[in-house]
Amino acid sequence: MSSSETGHGGQAHGSVKEYVTGLILSIVLTIIPFYLVMSGVGSDTLTVVAIVVAAVAQVLVQMVFFLHMNGSSEQTWVTTSAIYTIFIVLFILIGSMWIFEHLNHNMLMGH
Amino acid sequence: MVHTDLIKDPHVLTGKLHWGVIPFTDPVVAPVMFAAIFIGIALVLFVTYKKLWGYLWSEWFTSVDHKKIGIMYCIAALVMLVRGFSDAILMRTHQALSTSDSFGAGYLPPEHYDQIFTAHGVIMIFFVATPLMIGIMNVVMPLQIGARDVAFPFLNSLSFYLFLVGALLVNISLFVGEFAAVGWLAYTPLSGIEYSPGVGVDYWIWALQISGIGTTLTAVNFIATILKMRAPGMTLMKMPVFTWTTFCANVIALIIFPILTIAILQLTLDRYLDFNFFTNDDGGNQMMWVNLVWAWGHPEVYFLVLPAFGMISEVTATFSRKKLFGYVSLVWATVVIMILSFLVWLHHFFTMGSGASVNAFFGIMTMIIGIPTGVKLYNWIFTMYKGRVELTASMWWVIAMLITFTIGGMTGVMLSIPANDFVLHNSMFVPAHFHNVIIGGAVYGYFAGFTYWFPKATGAKLNETLGKWSVALWFFGYFFAWVPLYYTGFDGMTRRLQYIDNPDWQLSMYVALIGVALIAAGVAIQVFNIGWTLYKRNDPEYRDETGDPWDAHTLEWYTTSPPQFYNFGQVPVINDRDPLLDMKQKDAAYKRPEKYERIHMPKNTWAGPVLGLLTLPMGFGFIWHIWWMVIVSITAIFACWMKLSFERDKDYYVEVPEVEDLEDKFLKSNENRSYYFEKNAKYYKKWKPTKRTDG
Repeated sequence: MSSSETGHGGQAHGSVKEYVTGLILSIVLTIIPFYLVMSGVGSDTLTVVAIVVAAVAQVLVQMVFFLHMNGSSEQTWVTTSAIYTIFIVLFILIGSMWIFEHLNHNMLMGH
Repeated sequence: MVHTDLIKDPHVLTGKLHWGVIPFTDPVVAPVMFAAIFIGIALVLFVTYKKLWGYLWSEWFTSVDHKKIGIMYCIAALVMLVRGFSDAILMRTHQALSTSDSFGAGYLPPEHYDQIFTAHGVIMIFFVATPLMIGIMNVVMPLQIGARDVAFPFLNSLSFYLFLVGALLVNISLFVGEFAAVGWLAYTPLSGIEYSPGVGVDYWIWALQISGIGTTLTAVNFIATILKMRAPGMTLMKMPVFTWTTFCANVIALIIFPILTIAILQLTLDRYLDFNFFTNDDGGNQMMWVNLVWAWGHPEVYFLVLPAFGMISEVTATFSRKKLFGYVSLVWATVVIMILSFLVWLHHFFTMGSGASVNAFFGIMTMIIGIPTGVKLYNWIFTMYKGRVELTASMWWVIAMLITFTIGGMTGVMLSIPANDFVLHNSMFVPAHFHNVIIGGAVYGYFAGFTYWFPKATGAKLNETLGKWSVALWFFGYFFAWVPLYYTGFDGMTRRLQYIDNPDWQLSMYVALIGVALIAAGVAIQVFNIGWTLYKRNDPEYRDETGDPWDAHTLEWYTTSPPQFYNFGQVPVINDRDPLLDMKQKDAAYKRPEKYERIHMPKNTWAGPVLGLLTLPMGFGFIWHIWWMVIVSITAIFACWMKLSFERDKDYYVEVPEVEDLEDKFLKSNENRSYYFEKNAKYYKKWKPTKRTDG
């Protein structure tokens, strides 16, 4: 109905500064894990942990700077759907890790 | 469907294409190909002769009207139903012939048979069930909530064309090259480049990738529409049940389709750039593919079946002449399914070897998800209880669904016990179970809804007698086709057998063949019924003048059939869960408002068909490694997107005189009509408005 550039419902659309900050943070958070893998400076454990931390941080950066989520009361639906999504993602991630831990143990995979 | 020669070094201009990939000499495919080309040319000539291109382009192809897009979805789904069903007939006849001494080993070579069962599964799930459901949602849901269109009309059009490109790629694979021969979910490592070096799996990848992105966009669109565009007064707990199930189904779709997109992207990297996500060696893990694809796949079946539950609810309430029994419990059951559907995916691979504790957890979760589904069955049965059930064709579909789906649900609970599953895994019992729930639950539900809303979409009611015949044929055909296969599954017959050497199963295969013939008759009658009804649409017996041919409860019936392009002259204020029934009871329906206001509408756009269809050469180029075609298509898509972003002229207003003119005509035709059908009046007057007003 509405043309795409006007927003209804009061959501903020952000400023140039916000987008640029988000972009720079995203690039930094991408370069760090990339560098760790390509150069091989850290141990395997450190690299894996760093990749996961950088990935989660990047998700948060994008939610705040690009999707303009801030948990305010005008954004009830945004917050609700974010919590639901996180909940489901955790289901699938933790579930998969649990499944494959047992699989590897039983099937002697990765040994 | 020929074996394509492996080309290691694709040509710069033609990629892996050469004349050998077109099956000119295949006795099964070549006649189909020539027939398809002939029909295609005839159709183009007919449209040109009738000078219909301009009309089709401006009224249909570029339309952003949700009703027209919905109708196009349904047409494409029905065409693909015929294609997918032909595959089923081929499989059943082949298996029947491959068990007897006199016929030998059937008539389909293994590589052809494998492509057929893969294509059947892919087509039926992605290109029949999904578009039929999205088509009905498109037509009905915005009307039910009193909206004038969906939230993002252009996106809706784009979604349709992305789906269409997926369907076209599957059909092109029949005539150019080959389709995947790896089962509908393309399990790795079989679908990896090492074991499937041909283009078949690439067709699978790009057809699903492109149409899957369309489905994700649809989910975004429908969720935004339902949350933001409801009529004034329609709180969440006053939404019709079909809108609720549409909402929950699309929430599921929005979460799961990205999983599929990423998993397919990883498989693409494996196949095209020698990555090792799902290979056996170099750190790959082929079971991770199975894990990801079922983390998508199990919620997917709830995505398919929830809207069918919504359709069943609307039809049952209307034709029982009662309000729906237990609205709140039905809504909560839907929401619970929306969450629990993400917690059961491992039951598709109990035998993988992750052990007792993992299997026990997922087995129990699977049994638990049966509870909200059972709640719904009781909702429908108690809605009919003491109701004045009117056995129309759509109600026949509902009753067929209640019986068939219950049996399918029970065999599902059998499979949810891991110990049972170790016996039945990969046997014919499994296809028998999921056809039982998908045909019995989802498809019968869609057909109930299709029959119910057909007059709303087209302005003509389907023939009841023909409709009932097709229900009966489908119903009995289903049991003939699949009960014998439950038996052979118990007896140890595995799925996807091209060659059967056990004479004990011969009778079962023959009975199943009778079943598929009965269903074929049912499908033929349905197709004929649609054609016949459209031909007779101005006949008083078929025509729906009132806009409310069933004496229904919800808002979509509070406008003409088919609705005006702007849906409602004035969007009513909602006071009740059954708004139209409420208005009829208060004698407030079909009254002219004091004044109309001008209506804000989206304009048609070229961008949907152009942007969407440009993904066809892109996908085709990727499949055949024709890189210039990929680059040109992506550049063109990007250019079109830029042009679209700078367009400002996207909406317009329908001015008051035009609205008045159209609405007065409608009100005049409804002038002398009592709000209820005579026979229902006494009955409906009893029903008090919904007590609960919050939400």
